[in-house]
Amino acid sequence: MKPIILQGHERSLTQIVFNSEGDLLFSASKDSVVNAWFTSNGERLGTFGGIKGDGGHNGSVWTVAVDSQSRFLITGAADNCMKLWDISTGKCLFTWEFLTAVKRVQWNEDDDTILSITEQRSGQPSIIRIFKINRDEPSAQTTTPITTMTLSGSKATVALWSPLSEYILTGHESGKVAKYDVKSGEEVNYIDDAHSGEITDIQSSPDGTYFITSSKDKTARIFDSETLQEMKVYTTETPLNSACIAPLRPYVILGGGQDAMSVTTTSQRAGKFESRFWHKLFEEEVGRVKGHFGPINTLAVHPQGKAYASGAEDGFVRVHWFDEGYFRSRPFGDLEPEVEV
Amino acid sequence: MSELEQIDGFSEEDQLDLQAELQEGFAEIEEKYAVDTQQGFENVLVIDNIPVIDEAKKQKLVDRLRQLFAKAGAAIEEENISMPWDDKAATNKGFIFLTYPDAPQAENALRLLDGAAFGKNTLYVNRFGDIERYANLPVGEGELPTGWREKSYVEKDHLRSWLGDSAGRDQYVTFRDQDVSVWWNGRNGVSEPVKIDGKPLKNSKWGELYLQWSPLGTYLSSLHRVGVALWSGPKLDGPIGVNVLRFTHPGVRLIQFSPCENYLVTWSEEPLDNFENHPNAALRETFGPEDEGNQYVIWDVKAQRVLRTFPADKPVQGEDGPQQMAWPAFKWSPDDAYVARCNVGVGIAVYELPGMGLLDKKSIKIDGVQNFEWCPMSEKDFVARKTGKGKEGSFVFWTPEAPNQPARVSIMSIPSRNILRAKNLFNVTDCKFYWQNQGDFLCVKVDRHARKAKSKKATFCNLELFRVREKDYPVEVIEFKDYVPQFAWEPQGNRFAIVSSNDPNYGQGIPGVVVKYNIDFYQLDQKKGDFIAIKHLDGKIANTLVWSPRGRHIALATIGSSQKFDVEFWDLDFVVDERRETSEPGANVTMLASGEHYGITDIAWDPSGRYLATSASSWRQTPEPGFCVWDFKGQQLVHQPQDRFKQFLWRPRPPTLLSKDQIKKVRKELKEYSRSFDEDDAAEENRGSAEKLAQRQRDISEWNAWRSRNNKKLDDERAKSGKEKKVVKQDVETEEKVEEIVEELLDETEEVVVG
Repeated sequence: MKPIILQGHERSLTQIVFNSEGDLLFSASKDSVVNAWFTSNGERLGTFGGIKGDGGHNGSVWTVAVDSQSRFLITGAADNCMKLWDISTGKCLFTWEFLTAVKRVQWNEDDDTILSITEQRSGQPSIIRIFKINRDEPSAQTTTPITTMTLSGSKATVALWSPLSEYILTGHESGKVAKYDVKSGEEVNYIDDAHSGEITDIQSSPDGTYFITSSKDKTARIFDSETLQEMKVYTTETPLNSACIAPLRPYVILGGGQDAMSVTTTSQRAGKFESRFWHKLFEEEVGRVKGHFGPINTLAVHPQGKAYASGAEDGFVRVHWFDEGYFRSRPFGDLEPEVEV
Repeated sequence: MSELEQIDGFSEEDQLDLQAELQEGFAEIEEKYAVDTQQGFENVLVIDNIPVIDEAKKQKLVDRLRQLFAKAGAAIEEENISMPWDDKAATNKGFIFLTYPDAPQAENALRLLDGAAFGKNTLYVNRFGDIERYANLPVGEGELPTGWREKSYVEKDHLRSWLGDSAGRDQYVTFRDQDVSVWWNGRNGVSEPVKIDGKPLKNSKWGELYLQWSPLGTYLSSLHRVGVALWSGPKLDGPIGVNVLRFTHPGVRLIQFSPCENYLVTWSEEPLDNFENHPNAALRETFGPEDEGNQYVIWDVKAQRVLRTFPADKPVQGEDGPQQMAWPAFKWSPDDAYVARCNVGVGIAVYELPGMGLLDKKSIKIDGVQNFEWCPMSEKDFVARKTGKGKEGSFVFWTPEAPNQPARVSIMSIPSRNILRAKNLFNVTDCKFYWQNQGDFLCVKVDRHARKAKSKKATFCNLELFRVREKDYPVEVIEFKDYVPQFAWEPQGNRFAIVSSNDPNYGQGIPGVVVKYNIDFYQLDQKKGDFIAIKHLDGKIANTLVWSPRGRHIALATIGSSQKFDVEFWDLDFVVDERRETSEPGANVTMLASGEHYGITDIAWDPSGRYLATSASSWRQTPEPGFCVWDFKGQQLVHQPQDRFKQFLWRPRPPTLLSKDQIKKVRKELKEYSRSFDEDDAAEENRGSAEKLAQRQRDISEWNAWRSRNNKKLDDERAKSGKEKKVVKQDVETEEKVEEIVEELLDETEEVVVG
């Protein structure tokens, strides 16, 4: 499994996503640009932003989301802006401006609505906004959200659409996991102590009926999207920054490492900057992939389960295509759950 | 009637009368002249502990005693001193009688003379009457001495039950945060908690300070702020005073068992107070006023009482400030018969057990003595000692150079105090003693400095190897140009390993620099009788040598480095080619495997030599606390990183009870035995994996049920909302061919054409 190393960012990665076919990878970085890559060979397709006056972001890009048709890209950044891009041309189509940084964006499954989370800062509360996207006239978007959820308690750090786009599932700084009704904006369900540390990532299963959260408390957990019931716990020895669920094979992939601040004080070994593969059902670690020399900030898995990619504090993205052995190996003998795609 | 018969000329009647009369008269006389031991000797004293002398010195002794008595204010005439004499030995009996003119004078003398010092002896004075009275005290009747408390007998749980494990597993203790757990170390790293009545062994009291096993594994000792507790028996718990022994010593920090577990030394940072009026009865009863200010306490473990207390060492001023406290301060002879303490520069005090009195009442005066170490005893020595044929115990000590006198290392026998062997040494900075664990060999590692060097910092080393079992203790010297920080004998063997370093960075403590070491193995050449190097390993980073307790295997570890955490497993008898073995002694020294335990701070073999545990304790600086268990082949079986992990302790085992012949028999029939063990192993494996399998199957069926429930719900909802089921796009073409044209510029030359 020789990795393809994507060298195109000058600063650490914040989020990476595959498009729905898995042939493109979008990477957001603190160097204020988003890159698009061909996953098959690591060639760069293009860059969103980066040139003065082209409408790019003017601060760390925190989040990126691609629609299922690979037409539009949504990005959120530290310059308090959220932008809509045309993927084929690389042009910025629309910009929303807020009072604080945009930490997370996400398309719903129908590609017509997005969510955004803004940071809690200088007196501003953390707000989740839902926007309708005009796909026919992409440069004429509305700046009025259809729903606004102002969070009074612990701020939300990550969020996800539920399968039928009726709810939003959020992970919070306090370790709370909650479920909000999109129409009413009300919190309909929550678990206060889902994690004992900040939730750093939330990613859905292929069908959306369950999701995985990663946390600074060194664990990753799987929850039922419907009931928020905790299904599985994966306990590691380092703070986790990202987690995803691999299709086809019964694995979850976890990544992390200690805080970027303390990295310099310990050796590379201490950091454990490895992607860890855990058996989804048996909660046992089955393998690790080394390579990064900084904490892994973000993980993404190919929608068809053929590859996965990791983006790290070291500024590199590593794309790993799974080889034959990955699909054939049966580390627990004949015990295999039903295949999910 | 004999008297009567002698009286002739009386009638029979008269005779009877006379007899009655006489008997009456005798009784009268007897009563009148009866000697009352309680009275009549009030003026007589007995003085004990008088030096034993022969005839020639008798007069001198009497004169000297009279001088002493006169000086004390209890003068006595010579004819009133009576000295019982042992004719057989031609000496006095060690005590004298003093007869004073009257009782008040005697009382006065008793008060003045009791406890007086006469030369080295302390005189003990008693009333003559008291001796009679106490000697005739009725036994088994009357009042018991004060302080006696009635205790009902409680059966002690078996102290060595853990050795009866059918699988022969060893136990270990892990200490994490505040929790202590006891485990069975099963085959292939499958550990299971030690259970009592189906519940894992737990004790919330164990986690206060730290834990230590006694040397034979009988007791688990836990340190508390108020003292030490020893836990024994299958439950490591039980009635106090029976299976739980408590030793009160406030502020105790360090403890040490004697090798046979009979005695315990405790050391506290706080000197003992005067506990006379202390509210805690245990403290009041344990320590007396004479113990005030002392920091060491020597205990009898089984009797749970103080044998003696000692003050702390006087701080020794070294070249670079006060030296660190030497621990253990008290060193035990291997048979628990003596305990000795080195008074640096002055001598060695050897105390006899269990009285804790100085051997021959005086310490051994050795000018300049720096350190000493007892010679261990082999199983054979113990047997010989029992039958009375064994040789004396001994220890080795060294004295540094003094004007016109070389440094010297000597072996002294105890109790006879004979110097068995001495050797002079030159340019010595320090000496370290390494006894082979059977007492066959002694290595004195002599750290030396250059002859005219200003600083006495050691820069190179000599190994002085004493062959203790041979006549006159032949010595062989191996000189090194480098410094040798580590030396280790193979247990039960005749090989040793050393770590040396010629790296200029050694000892500089530069952070981030990995110091290189050389490791050498030596072996006793049986024919020539000297030690030869058999293997040299160059440029290693390992700095710690740990022999398996059974010999043959050795682990080389890198401990205390911030970058390297290697553990290497070596086998010294790994037969690759039998022909080579005979021609080349080092041919079988083979590395079996190497591994890494990130953050390692401690390393220990299990008592059987089958497994090795490496641990990273949060007490030291480690980036990842936890422990690993490896087998002797170097395969990692367990890797358990645990936050706030503190201690990993194998439970030691006492020496085997099998005789040599029995061991031989077992060796011979090993195949028979191993067959049954193989069967057990297989059964165990099946059982373990069956359990796991069942658990996993449960996991899968639960998951699948949950998934299908959820899928159905989702489908229903989709149908209700009229949304299409999202189909994940699958690539139609199975393989996408990506053609890549690579242009490679092989050579580029620029030619300038001059027209």
